[in-house]
Amino acid sequence: MTGDRTSPGAVMARKNEIMKRAVGIDYDRYARGPLAFDYERMMEEVGYGLEEIRRIQEANAVGHTPLIELKNITEVVRRTAHRGKGARIFLKDEAANPSGSFKARRASVSIYHAQAGGYKGVIAATSGNYGAAVASMAAMRRLAAIIVQEVYDSRRVGQPEIIEKGRACEAYGAEVLQLSVGPELFYVFLLLLEETGYFNASLYTPFSIVGIETLGVEIVEDLADREGRQPDMVVITHAGGGNVTGTARGLRAAGCPGAVVVGASVDLAGLHMASDADFNRKSFTTGHTGFGVPFATWPDRSDVPRNAARPLRYLDRYVTVTQGEVFYVTEALAQLEGLERGPAGNTSLTAAIALARDLDEDQVVVVQETEYTGAGKHPTAQLTLARENGVEVRRGDPRENVPGKRIVIPERPEQIQARQVDLDRLRRSYLRNAIEASGVRRVDPIEVAFLMEETRAPREFVQAALVDLGVSGPD
Amino acid sequence: MEAVVKRGSWVQIHRVILPPGQRAPQVPEETQRVPLELWAKGFLDHDARLGDEVTIRTIIGREMTGCLLAVNPRYEHDFGSPIPELLTIGPELREFLAGRRPR
Repeated sequence: MTGDRTSPGAVMARKNEIMKRAVGIDYDRYARGPLAFDYERMMEEVGYGLEEIRRIQEANAVGHTPLIELKNITEVVRRTAHRGKGARIFLKDEAANPSGSFKARRASVSIYHAQAGGYKGVIAATSGNYGAAVASMAAMRRLAAIIVQEVYDSRRVGQPEIIEKGRACEAYGAEVLQLSVGPELFYVFLLLLEETGYFNASLYTPFSIVGIETLGVEIVEDLADREGRQPDMVVITHAGGGNVTGTARGLRAAGCPGAVVVGASVDLAGLHMASDADFNRKSFTTGHTGFGVPFATWPDRSDVPRNAARPLRYLDRYVTVTQGEVFYVTEALAQLEGLERGPAGNTSLTAAIALARDLDEDQVVVVQETEYTGAGKHPTAQLTLARENGVEVRRGDPRENVPGKRIVIPERPEQIQARQVDLDRLRRSYLRNAIEASGVRRVDPIEVAFLMEETRAPREFVQAALVDLGVSGPD
Repeated sequence: MEAVVKRGSWVQIHRVILPPGQRAPQVPEETQRVPLELWAKGFLDHDARLGDEVTIRTIIGREMTGCLLAVNPRYEHDFGSPIPELLTIGPELREFLAGRRPR
C-alpha cells in the first residue's frame, strides 16, 4: 500500500467520492445549509417501509425474538426496593437472531439493498457483533463479505471478544482482516472499498437504522399481546447510537410515544480508544462510553457523511454502569433465569435493575437486547485478560471501580446503580462540535430549528449555547 | 532451516500498513510509536518458507501479499480461568431470594 495514490492523504482526500459509490446515497441532496440537513427526508427516501423491512427480515429468519419476563431478577429487585416499588423486567432475547445479536436486524436491510443494487460483495469496518451479522446475511444472499477489525495491541495480545467475533465471521465465510490499534483502520477500509467496488455495509446508513425499528415495534406488539399494556420504560445499550435511534423510532412507529427511552453504557471514562496501551485494559469492546459519548455528541464522526444514528434526538435519559456491575448481572441472568448471554448485551439489563427499583410494582421495564456468548465473549475470559494486564479484580462497592485499573464486582444486588449522565452537557458538547465542524459564525432560523431537533432542546437552550460559542443567530 | 510450506496451505500473512512516524496525527503518543499492522488468512499461492514474501488467495478469492507468518493458525481464545469472585454470586442470590427478609 505504497505509492502516491494509495497514501493515507491521497485516499482520505477521495473519501467522499469513494463513499458515494460504496453507499449509493447522495447525501448532498439532504443538505439545507452549512449545518442543517433534512434527516427525516433522508430516512424516508433512502430507507424502506416498515412492512417491507419485516418481509426482508422474515425471509432471513431475523426478528420475532422471544420476550422473556425475568421473574427471579424482578423479585431480587423488589427485595431491594421500598414497599410497592420494583417494576417487572422483561427481556427481548435478541441472541435468538441468526448470528446471535440484534445486529442481524441492521445487517439484513443493508445486505438486501446491496444485493438489489447489484453489488458483488459487502465490507464492514467493525470489531463487534455487526461483523458476524453482515457475514451471516451475506452468506444467505450469496454475496462476498470482508470484515475489517481492530484486534491486537502492539504486543500482539488480542482482545478475546474481538477474536471470537472474527472467528464467527470466518465461520459464515467472510474474509477477516485483523488490524492493530488505531483509527487509521478507516484508511484501510477506504482502500478496500475502492479496490473491490463492494457496498459499504456501514452501521450508520439509513438501511442499518431502519432495520432496528422492527425491534421497537416488536416490543410494543409482544407486550400488548401478553400483558395488554405498553412498556413504561425501555432500556437500550448505547454505543454508536444506532440501537437507541432505531429502537426509539420503532416505539414511535408502533404508537408508543410514552415509554421513557433510556440509553445505558458501561463507564470507561479515562481510557483512550486509540491508545495501544489502553486497548487491553478494558473488558468491554462495545456498549461503553468510549463510543456512547462521542457518537452522541458528534454522530457524523462515522464512516458515512451523514450518520442516520442520532441518539440525542431520542434519549430521555442516559445512564452508566460499571464493568463489575455488568459481570455481576451476567452471572445473575445465568444463575437465576437460566439464560447464559454475552456480557456487553447485558449493559442495559444492569441499568434496568437499578432503574426498576424506583418504579412502581405494576410498571414494566423492557430490556431490549441480549447477545450470544462463547469463548472470548464471556465474563471469565474478560476477567482473566484483565488480571493478566494488571487490572485488579475484587468484590466490593462498585463506587470504587476505576476503568482500566480496578474492576469491583458488587457484593449485594442493591449496590447496582444507574449513574445519570447530564444530557444537557452532551447537548452543549454536540452544539460545539456542530459549530466547529461547519465553521459557521452565524445561523439562520432553519439552522436553529435543526439544532433544536438534533438536541431535543428548547429554543432558549440552543440560543444560549450558541451565544456562548460566539455564534450570532437570527434576531 | 524452516520446512517448506506447500502451495494451497491455509496460512496467515502479516504486513505493516503504516510504520511508526506515519501514524495519524490524532493518535496518542504510545500509538504513534508503534506500526499499524495487518493480519490476513488465505490459501498460499506457491511453495514458500515462513518469513517469505508471499501471495495468498483469501476465502472470497482476493489476492493479497505479505510476510508468511503461520500455517493453519489455531484459534487460541478461550473462556479463561474460573473467576472466584463470580463463583459465589449464584448461591448468594438464591439464598437472598429464599430468605424472609422484611421489606
